[in-house]
Amino acid sequence: MTEDDLDRNRRHFLTVATVTTGVIGAGLVAIPFISSLKPSARAQALGAPVEVPIGSMQPGEMVRVLWRGKLVFVLRRTEDMLAKLPEGLDKLRDPDSTEFPDHQPDYAANDTRSVKPEYLVVEGSCTHLGCAPLEDFEVRPAEGWGGGFFCPCHGSKFDLAGRVYSGVPAPSNLRVPPHRFVRDDLILIGQDTGAA
Amino acid sequence: MSRIEAEVGKPQGGFIKWIDDRFPMTSTLKYHVTEYYASKNFNWWYVFGVLAMVVLVIQLVTGIFLTMNYKPSAAEAFASVEYIMRDVEWGWLIRYMHSTGASFFFIVVYLHMFRAMLYGSYKKPRELIWLIGMLIFLVLMAEAFAGYLLPWGQMSYWGAQVIISLFGAIPVVGDALVEIIRGDYSISDITLNRFFALHVIVLPLALIGLIFVHIVALHEVGSNNPDGIEIKKNKGPDGVPLDGVPFHPHHTSKDLVGIIVFLMIFSSVVFFAPDMGGYFLEHANFEPANPTATPEHIAPVWYFTPYYAILRAVPDKFWGFVLFALAVILPIFLPWLDRARVRSIRYRGWMYKTALSVFVITFFALLWLGLAPAEGLYVILARIFSVLYFAFFLLMPYYTSIDKTKPVPDRVVYHG
Repeated sequence: MTEDDLDRNRRHFLTVATVTTGVIGAGLVAIPFISSLKPSARAQALGAPVEVPIGSMQPGEMVRVLWRGKLVFVLRRTEDMLAKLPEGLDKLRDPDSTEFPDHQPDYAANDTRSVKPEYLVVEGSCTHLGCAPLEDFEVRPAEGWGGGFFCPCHGSKFDLAGRVYSGVPAPSNLRVPPHRFVRDDLILIGQDTGAA
Repeated sequence: MSRIEAEVGKPQGGFIKWIDDRFPMTSTLKYHVTEYYASKNFNWWYVFGVLAMVVLVIQLVTGIFLTMNYKPSAAEAFASVEYIMRDVEWGWLIRYMHSTGASFFFIVVYLHMFRAMLYGSYKKPRELIWLIGMLIFLVLMAEAFAGYLLPWGQMSYWGAQVIISLFGAIPVVGDALVEIIRGDYSISDITLNRFFALHVIVLPLALIGLIFVHIVALHEVGSNNPDGIEIKKNKGPDGVPLDGVPFHPHHTSKDLVGIIVFLMIFSSVVFFAPDMGGYFLEHANFEPANPTATPEHIAPVWYFTPYYAILRAVPDKFWGFVLFALAVILPIFLPWLDRARVRSIRYRGWMYKTALSVFVITFFALLWLGLAPAEGLYVILARIFSVLYFAFFLLMPYYTSIDKTKPVPDRVVYHG
């Protein structure tokens, strides 16, 4: 065969077709490997909802539970705490919880960010870099602190509804996990189908 | 039997020739070792490349032995490290060598990189060596980070929480990416298991491959020297650079002295201060991981704190991440940011000398600030030094092009 006999178009077509098939094949083979990195069926099963009995909680008391390995705070707010929530809204970045609609279920997108105003259920994970905020419910008007949560890592502050203050590294309010009241004295965290 | 008789029937050239006919052994040794000519005026700054190799070997050997007793599961990891420390014969030594080795890896690599900045080793034609070196540095950071999760202490857990959360700052894909890195909804057994795989297989393989390419690229263009002169421009009649001496035995024997001094310092730390007052092994990490409580004061290990200080200096999640990533990546562009006509600091003007001095102070200041709590004056200082850090790189094209340089001699010179 001489150079003249070469069908260059045909050769070019075959090269492109081979390379394309190879790339698509490699891409398809990558799918199972990348998928294996996602939370497995067991991890998903272990992420089942958790029940939190709240019958014996006193006003002002907070419990910490783990849901999907994540820390969740359940705080029974006092009358006083609830009364102070509407104060100082101008210091908050997103007082109406509208900036990040996925940070709370619709039924908690209200002034108290809760189903029942008395009970605050938020993820104890700072929206900056995931440290667990510390509770600091002591009101110190001199510091402009009305009580809430303080992140020890980078100094983000949240109020008693988990709403973030302006001028701190955390960009958004603490997340409210899906939850519902099974009974008056039992909260189910991680599931909200049915009556919220 | 005479000598001549003895050689009859013997294969010509012997065993070495038998190999050389089948594998380029002698020629490779000549090319990379006995006939690799490096400048004769190398000073002690040139020992850190070899020392990095020494630390790599220490880490590989101690690491292999640690895996024989370590269990990569959330339920057993912390206890298995205590088991290594208390029940395995010499386990404490192997583990302390590994943990001390991690810090020394960074000390040596930072000094190795600084040497390149002193003598312009990244400048043409050595840009690719620098680029590969920076990739090695990035892989090393990932390797150290993955390894730090393995003891499953409080700092392991919360450090990983913070650093993995960083990727959540990437718009759109951030949250999905974080979930794929963790393999779970939080840092868990699954995360630990895969970080183990990354730490003992994926990243070391990448590291060794990159180091191989780093050295091949270096030997292609030849080593720089404290004068920043191309020694290949002055060759003798035999084709050997007049200012060069063979790597072996000249530089190897000199490096041996450096290795001995290094091992003396390294051993002192391993035996007398393995936790280095909380800087090499953080005290909070002597407590098992607890997902319900963040330690009061959380800081990464010292070698990450300069970048961590920059992250914390920015009061915004997304921009904090961007500047953090930029701070790590910017040195990659040094070969193109530096417009000076001379390589070595010996022949540069006052501007680069000042800039480099300020950069060194900045680096140490950020290192210290990253360890300090993020409040009050510390935050203000961190912001000032972050600006200086970026200014060093971003203003470099300007100050290196107007800086008044001195004439470079033809041949290397000795100082002291």
